[in-house]
Amino acid sequence: MLNKETIKKTIKYIGKYKGFILISIILSFASVLLSLYVPILIGQAIDYIVGENNVNFSKVSFYIVQALIITGIGALLQWIFGMINNRVTYGVVKDIRETAFNKIQDLPLKYLDTHPTGETVSRIIADTDQFADGLLMGFTQFFTGIVTIIATLVFMIYLNWQVALAVVVLTPLSLVIANFIAKRTYGMFKKQSETRGEQTAYIDEIIGGLKVVKAFSYNDRAVSEFSAINDRLEKHSLKAIFFSSLTNPTTRFVNSVVYAFVAFLGSLLVPGSLTVGGLTIFLSYANQYTKPFNEISGVVAEMQNALACAQRVFDLIEEEPQKHETPVNLENVSGDIKIKNASFCYDSKKPLIQNLSLDIKKGMRVAIVGPTGCGKTTLINLLMRFYDVNEGDILIDNKSIYEITRSSLRESFGMVLQETWLYSGTIEENIKFGKDDATEEEIIAAAKAAHAHSFIKRLPKGYQTVIGEDGGSLSQGQKQLLCIARLMLKSPPMLILDEATSSIDTRTEQKIQDAFSKLLKGRTSFIVAHRLSTIKTADLILVMKDGNVIEQGTHNELINKGGFYKELYNSQFDIE
Amino acid sequence: MIKLLKLLGKYKKETVLGPLLKMAEALFELFVPLVVASLIDKGIKGGLGMPHILKMSLILVLFAFLGLLFSVCAQFFAAKAATGVVKHVRLKLFDHINKLGYPEIDKLGKATMITRLTSDVNQVQNGINLGLRLLLRSPFVVFGAMIMAFFVNKELAIIFVVVIPVLAVIVFSIMLVSIPLYKKVQQKLDKVLSSTRQNLSGTRVIRAFVKEKDEEQRFKEENTSLVKMQVLVGRISQLMNPLTYVVINLAIVFLIYKGAIKVEIGIISQGALVALYNYMSQILVELIKLANLIISITRAFACGNRIQSVLDLTPSQQNGTKKEFDFTKPIVEFDNASLIYGDNVEPSIENITFSVNKGETIGIIGGTGSGKTSLINLIPRFYDTFMGSCKVYGEDVKNYDTEFLRSVISIVPQKAELFKGTIRENILWGNENATDEQIMDALNKAQALDIVKSKELGLDAPVEQYGRNFSGGQKQRLTIARALLKDSQILILDDSASALDYKTDSLLMKAIKEMEDKTVFIVSQRTSSIRHADKIVLMDDGKIQAIGTHSELLEYSPLYREIHYQQVGGEDVE
Repeated sequence: MLNKETIKKTIKYIGKYKGFILISIILSFASVLLSLYVPILIGQAIDYIVGENNVNFSKVSFYIVQALIITGIGALLQWIFGMINNRVTYGVVKDIRETAFNKIQDLPLKYLDTHPTGETVSRIIADTDQFADGLLMGFTQFFTGIVTIIATLVFMIYLNWQVALAVVVLTPLSLVIANFIAKRTYGMFKKQSETRGEQTAYIDEIIGGLKVVKAFSYNDRAVSEFSAINDRLEKHSLKAIFFSSLTNPTTRFVNSVVYAFVAFLGSLLVPGSLTVGGLTIFLSYANQYTKPFNEISGVVAEMQNALACAQRVFDLIEEEPQKHETPVNLENVSGDIKIKNASFCYDSKKPLIQNLSLDIKKGMRVAIVGPTGCGKTTLINLLMRFYDVNEGDILIDNKSIYEITRSSLRESFGMVLQETWLYSGTIEENIKFGKDDATEEEIIAAAKAAHAHSFIKRLPKGYQTVIGEDGGSLSQGQKQLLCIARLMLKSPPMLILDEATSSIDTRTEQKIQDAFSKLLKGRTSFIVAHRLSTIKTADLILVMKDGNVIEQGTHNELINKGGFYKELYNSQFDIE
Repeated sequence: MIKLLKLLGKYKKETVLGPLLKMAEALFELFVPLVVASLIDKGIKGGLGMPHILKMSLILVLFAFLGLLFSVCAQFFAAKAATGVVKHVRLKLFDHINKLGYPEIDKLGKATMITRLTSDVNQVQNGINLGLRLLLRSPFVVFGAMIMAFFVNKELAIIFVVVIPVLAVIVFSIMLVSIPLYKKVQQKLDKVLSSTRQNLSGTRVIRAFVKEKDEEQRFKEENTSLVKMQVLVGRISQLMNPLTYVVINLAIVFLIYKGAIKVEIGIISQGALVALYNYMSQILVELIKLANLIISITRAFACGNRIQSVLDLTPSQQNGTKKEFDFTKPIVEFDNASLIYGDNVEPSIENITFSVNKGETIGIIGGTGSGKTSLINLIPRFYDTFMGSCKVYGEDVKNYDTEFLRSVISIVPQKAELFKGTIRENILWGNENATDEQIMDALNKAQALDIVKSKELGLDAPVEQYGRNFSGGQKQRLTIARALLKDSQILILDDSASALDYKTDSLLMKAIKEMEDKTVFIVSQRTSSIRHADKIVLMDDGKIQAIGTHSELLEYSPLYREIHYQQVGGEDVE
C-alpha cells in the first residue's frame, strides 16, 4: 500500500516503548484467552442443564464459579492493558509533536517564510491529534483482534475441525472487502486532511488580522470565502467518512453469513460429533471470531485517516534542515566585517544583491539608507545567516560565517527589528530573553536605559505584568522600548538595528540616545533608519538601491558628492 | 452542546432516518437468538429436522442481508448529518468571531479561537457521526434484549432489569467525570497551539537570540502537561470496559444458576436458556462497542461546550441603529472622552475634548504610550469610551449601526498587515467594485505604483500570508493604497508611514493633502508629516497637552518646540 513508508516511520517512534508493547501484547493475549474461556465454561455448564429433572447442580456450580474467577482476572488484565496502551499512544504522539516542533527550530527560514503558519500549526496540532485517536484505537483493538482470531480458531479446530475449516475458508472474504475499501479511502482522508490544512491556514490568517478585517468590514467577504472552503471540506469529509464506514456493515454481513453457515453445518453434526452445548459454544465463537474482523476493519479505516495525518507531520519532520555547520565557535569577537563579492536572491529569476563587497572595521557605526525595498532587510538576513549567500563570502574577524556555528554567530549580534515580537509571559521574562541569568537590578537598569521603566511601573503588576500574544494592550512604541531593553541587557559585540525606534517618539528616542551611544561605543553596528539625526552621526553610510550599494561615505562626503543621497536628504524639505 | 445539536434540525430526514435504520438493523440482530433457539429446539431436538435447519439458516442469511442494506443507508445519513451540521457550526462560529468587537478579540486571544474552529469542531463532527450511528442503537439493543428476554421467561428477565440500570450508572458516571477533564485537555491544547504559533511568528527573534533550545524546552513542558491530562482522562475512560465486563458476566453466571433451577423443574427448555444467554452476550458486545465510542462522544461534548461558550459571547458593544448622518454638525467631536482597556486600572486616555470640521487635516503627535492610537481607535468605535463620548456628525458613535459608521471611515493601522492573495485582491479590500484605474490611482497616491510596476505580474503579483514577501515600507504603502481606495469621508493614518523614507513620506503627504474633501487624521512621530495640518493635537500621558497649528504650537508649546527642533536639528527653513 501507499503508506508502507508511513507505517515504518510510525513503528520507529513506537520502538522506544518496546517494553510496554511487549507487556501489552502479553496482557492482551492473556485477557483474550480468558475471555474466550468463559463461554467454554458456560457452554459446559449448559450441557449439564439438559431438561426437566436432568440438571447436575454440582457440575453447574463448579463451572460457573470458575467462570466468575476467570472473569475477574480477565477484567483486571484488560484494565492494565488499557492503561499501557494509553500511555504508549500519547507517549508516541508527544514524541512526534516534539520532534516536529524541534524541527521547526532547525528549518531554513526560507521554508518558514514561504509556508503559511496556519498550515504548519495544523500539522503539529490537528494532524497529530487525529493520529493519536487512530493509534489508540489501533493498539486497543488491533492486538486483541488478532489474538482473538487466532485463539478462537485454535479452540474451534479443537472442538470440531470440519466446522472450523468452513469458517476459515469463508472469513478471508471480509478481509478482502475491508482491504478494498481501505485502499480507496486513504486518498479521501488525505484530501480531507489537506482541505483541513487549507482551512486552518485561512482561519489563522483571518484571525491573525481580525482587527484589520473588522476595520474594513471585510467580515462578510471573509465569511463567504471561508464558506467556500467549508463546503469543499464538507464534501471531502462526507466522502471519507461514508466510504470508510462501509467497511463495518459489509464485513458484518460476511460474518453473519458465516454465523448462519456455522449454525447450519453445526446442526447437521448434532448429535454426531457435536453436542448442543458444543454448538452454543461454536456459535458464540463464530460471533467472537468475526467480531474482531469488524473491529480490525474499523480500525483499518480509522488508521487510514491517522496515517494520512501522520504522513503530513512526517513530511514536515523530513523537510531539508538548515545546512550542516562546522562545530567551531566564534569567540572574543572584535567586530571586523568583510563582505566579499556576495550575490544573493530569494528567487533565482530575480537577482537581488549582486557582487557586493564591503569592508567594515571594528567599532564602525554603519547606517544603511535607501528607498524601501532596496535590500536593507536582505543584508541583515545575510549577516545573521537567516539566509545564505549564493556566491561570495561574509567574514567576521577574518573568519567565514559559514565555517562557524550559527549560534555563536548570532550570539555576537544583537538585533532589534521594526516588527516587534514579544512572547506571552511577564515583562521581566521578555526583557530577560537575551540573558537568562540577569539579576533584578540589571533588568531594571536595562529598562531604565531604554526608558521603559516608567511605563512598566504604571502597569497593574509592574515587571510581573503578563503580556498576551502580540504584546496585548501595549502600544507599538512601548513594545519597541521593551525590545530595546532586551538588547541593552544582552549587550553583544555587534548590533543590528532595523528601524528599531520607528514607533518611538523623537523625544523618548533622544532620551535613550545616551544609553544607545554607550551601547554602540566600540561595537560594530548596522542601523537602518530614516531619521537623519541617527544617520548623520554614522561613520559610514551605505546608500542602497535595487539590491546594490550605489554610494558610500560619511554624511558630508555624500552631500558634497551631490548624488542620490543628497536627493534623498533634501526631500524632507520638499513639501512646499 | 445541546444548542449546537439543534442544528440537526436542518438535517431532519438524515437525523431521524439514520438512527431508525440502525435500529432496524439491530432488530434483525435481536431475532437471531430466537431463530437459533428454534433451530436447536425444533430442528435438532424436535422432529422437524433438516428442512427446518435449512430454513432457519436461510432466515439468518436473509436477516444479515437486510441488516447490511439498512446499515449502509444509516451510515450515509449519519455521515451526511454529521458533516452537514459541523459545516454549519464552523460557519456560524467563524461568522460569530468575525462579529466580535476589539475588546472580545483582546480577551479571547487568537490561539483559542483557532483551536475552537479546528480541533473542537472536528471532535464534534466525530461525536455526532458516531452518536447517530450508535447512541440510539446501543440502548435499543440493550433494552431490546431485555424485552426479548421477557418473551422467553419473565422471571429470568428480571435479571436484565437489574443489570441495565447498573450498567447505565457506570456509563454515565464515567461520562460525567470525564467531560470536565476533556475540557481541560482542550485548554492545554490551546496552550500548545499558542506556543507553536508564537514560535513561528517570532522565528527571527528567537534565532537571533539563540533561544531555540529554550523554546524546545518550553514546548516540551506544555506538551507534557497536555499528554498527562490526556493520559489521565484516558485512564478513566478505560475503566468502562473491564467494569461492564464484570457486571455482565456476573449476571450471566446468575442467569445460568437460576436458569438451571428452572430447567430442572421444567419451566423452560435448554434452548430457551441458551437464548437468554445469547441476549446477555449481545448486551456485552454492544457495551464494548459503546465503550470505544464513549471517549469520542464525551470529548465531543466537552468541545461542543467550548464552541458554544464562544457563540454565547455577546459583543460588549451594542450595535446602534442610526443609519443617517446630520451633515450640518462637525464631522468628529470628542467630548470629555476617556478610555480604559480591558482589566487595566488606569485610563489610557482621559478627558479628551476637541472637534473637527469636514475637510480638515488633524495631526496627532506625542510620546510613546501617550494615547495617540487609543484616541483614533474611538472614531470607528473599535473601543468604547469609559466616560464621555466620541461623536461623528454630532451623534455618539455608539448610536450608529457600526457597519454604517465604518463605511465612511478608512483606516491604515500601525501594523501593516496584508493577506494571502494577489496585490489586487488586497487593495480591493477597500472597495470590492473598484476598477483597475481606481486601483492604480490609489496606488499612485500611496506612492506604491513602483511596487506594482516592479512585479512581472503587476496587480496579480502574489502576496504571501501577512505580506511576508514585501518589505516593511512596501507593506505600509500597500495598506495605505487599500485605505485610499475606500470611498470614505474620514481617513485615519495611524503612524502608518513610519517605515517610509522622508522622500516617499513627503510625496505621500502631498497626495493626501490634495484630497480636499477628506477629513484626515494623521498620527505621526514626525512634525514634518503634520506641520501642514489644520490642527495638531499634542498628546502627553493620555491627555491633550496642546492643540493648535504648527506655528501656534511652535510659539506656545515648549514640548512641541522641543520635538520639532530636535527633528530638524535647527535647520528649519521657516
